[in-house]
Order: sequence, then C-alpha cells, then structure tokens
Amino acid sequence: MRLTKIWTITSKDFLIFRTKRSILFSMVGLLIFISIGLPVIIEYVVRKAGDSASTLLPTLIDAFSFWFVNLAVIIPTSIASYSIVGEKVEKSLEPLLAAPVTDEEILMGKSLAAFIPSIISIWAGGIIYMILINMFSYKTLTYLYYPNWNIAAILLILGPLVCILSIGYNVIISSRINDIRSAQQLGILIVLPFGLIYVLKELSIISLSVNNLMIISAIVLIVDIFVFYLVLNTFRRDEILTKWQ
Amino acid sequence: MIDVKNLTKSFGNFPAVENLSFHVNKGEIFGFLGPNGAGKTTTIRMLCCLISKSSGEAKIAGYEIGNNANSLEIRKKIGLVPDNVGLYSGLSAYENLDFYGRLYDCSEKRRKENIEYYLRMMGLWDKRNQSVGNFSKGMKQKIAIARAMLHDPEILFLDELTSNLDPESSKVVIDLILKFKTGGKTIFLNTHNLDEAEKICDRIGILKTRLIAINTPEQLRKSIWGNKTVIQMKKITDSVLEAVKGLTPKGFAVEQNKIIIEVTDPLIENSLYIKAITSAGGSIQFVTTLNPDLEETYLKIMEETK
Repeated sequence: MRLTKIWTITSKDFLIFRTKRSILFSMVGLLIFISIGLPVIIEYVVRKAGDSASTLLPTLIDAFSFWFVNLAVIIPTSIASYSIVGEKVEKSLEPLLAAPVTDEEILMGKSLAAFIPSIISIWAGGIIYMILINMFSYKTLTYLYYPNWNIAAILLILGPLVCILSIGYNVIISSRINDIRSAQQLGILIVLPFGLIYVLKELSIISLSVNNLMIISAIVLIVDIFVFYLVLNTFRRDEILTKWQ
Repeated sequence: MIDVKNLTKSFGNFPAVENLSFHVNKGEIFGFLGPNGAGKTTTIRMLCCLISKSSGEAKIAGYEIGNNANSLEIRKKIGLVPDNVGLYSGLSAYENLDFYGRLYDCSEKRRKENIEYYLRMMGLWDKRNQSVGNFSKGMKQKIAIARAMLHDPEILFLDELTSNLDPESSKVVIDLILKFKTGGKTIFLNTHNLDEAEKICDRIGILKTRLIAINTPEQLRKSIWGNKTVIQMKKITDSVLEAVKGLTPKGFAVEQNKIIIEVTDPLIENSLYIKAITSAGGSIQFVTTLNPDLEETYLKIMEETK
C-alpha cells in the first residue's frame, strides 16, 4: 500500500466534509453534550447531593466517561456514511476505481478519513471533559479525579478500537444501502451493545474497572479482526460495480 | 493497442458479453455500437480492469487484464469517461481535477499546467473555483473528459461521450478527441450516437452480447447494402426497362421514376447503363449512388440479427 495514494484519498474526503454541515453539527453537538453537558450534570449532583456526593461522584463520573465509547461509535458512523455511501450517491466510485489505486488503498484512505476526525474530536472532548470534571469535583473529592487509568483505557484503547469497528461495520452496510440517511440509521445500531454495557454499569451489574475495560477492548479487537476480513471481501471492485446496490 | 480474444463475461447464468474478439490499433478511434444491455459498458469495464472477465483474454497496451499487478499498469495508461460523470459535487472543478492528477502521479507543475490547459479549452477556466454541484450536465461532462485526459493516457475509453452535451459543446469535445487522436492516442468509444460514430470513428463494432459486425463505416455500409446506382428518370418506359435488363444486372428495382441497380463496379457499369438507357430513348435527370447512412445500416444489421 502506498501512503501517498491513501493520503490523497483521505485529504479529498476532508475537503468534501468541509462542505457537509451536518457532519460538523453532529460532531460538535455531541461533543458539547458529552464533554460539557455531562460535567455540568456532575456539578448539579454535587450541589444537590450534599454530604453523600463524595461517595456518589466516582461511580457517576466513571459511568459518564463510558459515553466516550458511544461517541466512538456515533461520530464515525456519521462520517463513514458520507465517505462511502456519498461516493455511491455521486456515482464517483467508477472513475475512482479506474485510477491506478488498489482497493486496499481506497479502503484505507476512506477509513482514515472517518477515523482521524473521529478520534481527534473524541480526544479533544475527553480533555475538556477531564478538565471540567476536575474543576467541578475537586471541592467534594479533595483530589483531582482525572487523569486515571479508566479514562486512559477508554480514550486510548477501547475508543480507537470501537471507532475501527464502527467504520468497518459502516463499510459493510454501505454496500447494500443507497442513501446516506438510511446508512446512518442502520450504522448507529452498532451502538446497542455499548449502550447495554452502559446500562449494566448504571444498574451496578458490572463495573467499568480497568480490568473490565481491557476485557471489553480485547473482545472488540477480536470482532475488529473479523469485521476487517469481511470488509476486505466486501470492498472489492468487482463487487462494488456489480453487486453493490 | 487493444487485443481481445474470446472475451466473455457472465453474471451468474446471464451472459453479458460472449466470445468477443477484436483488435484496436494505435491511433485509431474505435466505436462500439449496440442497443441498451448489449454489453458495451461491461466490455469497457473489463478492459479498464474494473470488473473481472469470466473467460477469454484481452491485452491493453501489452498488459494482459486479469491480474492485480497488470491492472495497476493498465490503469496508469488509460483514461475513462464513464456514462455517469461521477464528479464530487462538493468540490470545485479545480479540486476535482487536482485530486485525480494526484492519483495519477502527475507532478504539481504538470497538474497545474494540464488543469489550466483543459479548463481553458473547455471554456471553464473562469469557473474553476466553483462547486461542480452547481454545474450543468454538459459542464460536468466536460470536466469528466478533462479528468480522463489529465495524465495524458495512451488509451481513452469513452462511454457515451456527448450524451449530455449541446451541439456546440459536442463539437468542442469531438474536436478535442480528434486532436487527441492526432497525438497517436487510441480511443475506444461506446455510443448510441450513430452520427457521431460515423463522423469520428475509423472502425465500428456492433455488439449485441456477441460482436455481430466490425469494419469501417464505409465497408459496413457496403457489406449490408452493396453498391447501388440510382438513376432518376423523367419517365420509365418498357423499352428503358428492357435496356436495363439487357445488361443483366445482379439486381434492380423501380421506385416511382427511379431505377435502382445493384452494381459491382460503379465506375465501369454506370456508364454502360446510362448509354443503354439513352439509346432506348430514356431521359435521365441525374445519376447517383445509393448511400444509406450508418443509422440505416445499423438498423438493418439489428433487424437481421433478430
């Protein structure tokens, strides 16, 4: 694979995203909700809970931090649907496939175009979230809650792995979907298992300890490998021009 | 430049193209005609290494299609204008072309020069920074043609070249194609526009899943219609008809005041018929050759294959 070709495709997609306001709005809206909205809820809890806040806060903050995993599903879905279904809508895949680039280079270029803005926004949101949480919880906890290993596992391991899973899943469904909205609606379904984990945590059925986060990451890594092979078989020019509906 | 032997493509049990064999020379414009669903686009896609063949062989610029290493080399040497222009509507005309220039490894200097050259030629230089999404179909088609030529390919594959263009733009594009040809480039053209095919194609192949005819437009006409001389008379009398019959033509027909005679060599035979008719007292208004256009020839071939 040639990096220059991959980057050419990625940077072309970035130029296109620049004109798609819905991508920017969904990214910024979600980021504001999670990185600013959730710390504001924490601040509200601190004020309302009184003395019990110091025991309540760590559980609540850990649960909230898992929202960054959900973000790692949602943001790539929005971008990848434009990146691949967008090419189908514009009927631009044929000239692209006629250029001297391999299927893998196109796939990698498009995946990076979805991965890079997603991961940068998740990390940027994570930093804002940590700063605000520290600001709002310091008085009650009397120590800085972040950084810790939990958020590191979420932002640096589980988040990127989930991002890759989301992009792969979106490539697969893009092969059968012809409009961006349907692709986004179907693509978002992959948030369900992670939503379930969040609910289980809220119900105190599981804890999101570093160990558990690493186990979840390992499972996602295995699924990523499986999805990667499916994607390689789906994204073949023969399939794209003849079987992609 | 393009060598095809028994090339076949089937989708499941459905044969899209069967046993296609032909050769396109360097510097030639080869036109592919056929009804919808005849397999023209499938053929172009196979030759451009976009889809795999089911069987047979094809060589493009000396590279055999069907393996990945060759496919990359082939794609470097070809330019494709698909029937759907496939431009990025969110990007400007310049950005669309620049993207493809990069993919084809054109240096920055060459990209800039070629983009300016083609956009100026197409009359779109002033609109270079406008989003392609706001362009008309014809303008988009011009950008797609510029995109295919940007890297100076050896072979140009054109699928429905002028389908979206007004007559003025068609002329610009056809002139550009002819200019491209004079540079020794090979052009493979899929078209429904028989007038355009007749004007610019050196040879024509007629496809209906199988290749049913291939030749120059002139030879195709001759093979279907033969050489026919039309003699327009003031009045056709029995003595005139007897005079014509007396020369034992291969075939002849009378339509109103016209005598249509099948001849082998018009240069020799026409004068004999004129002499015989005038000797029989006939009054000839004019003599011409029956010259059906490519459209009539194409329709006749299609009718014969039904």
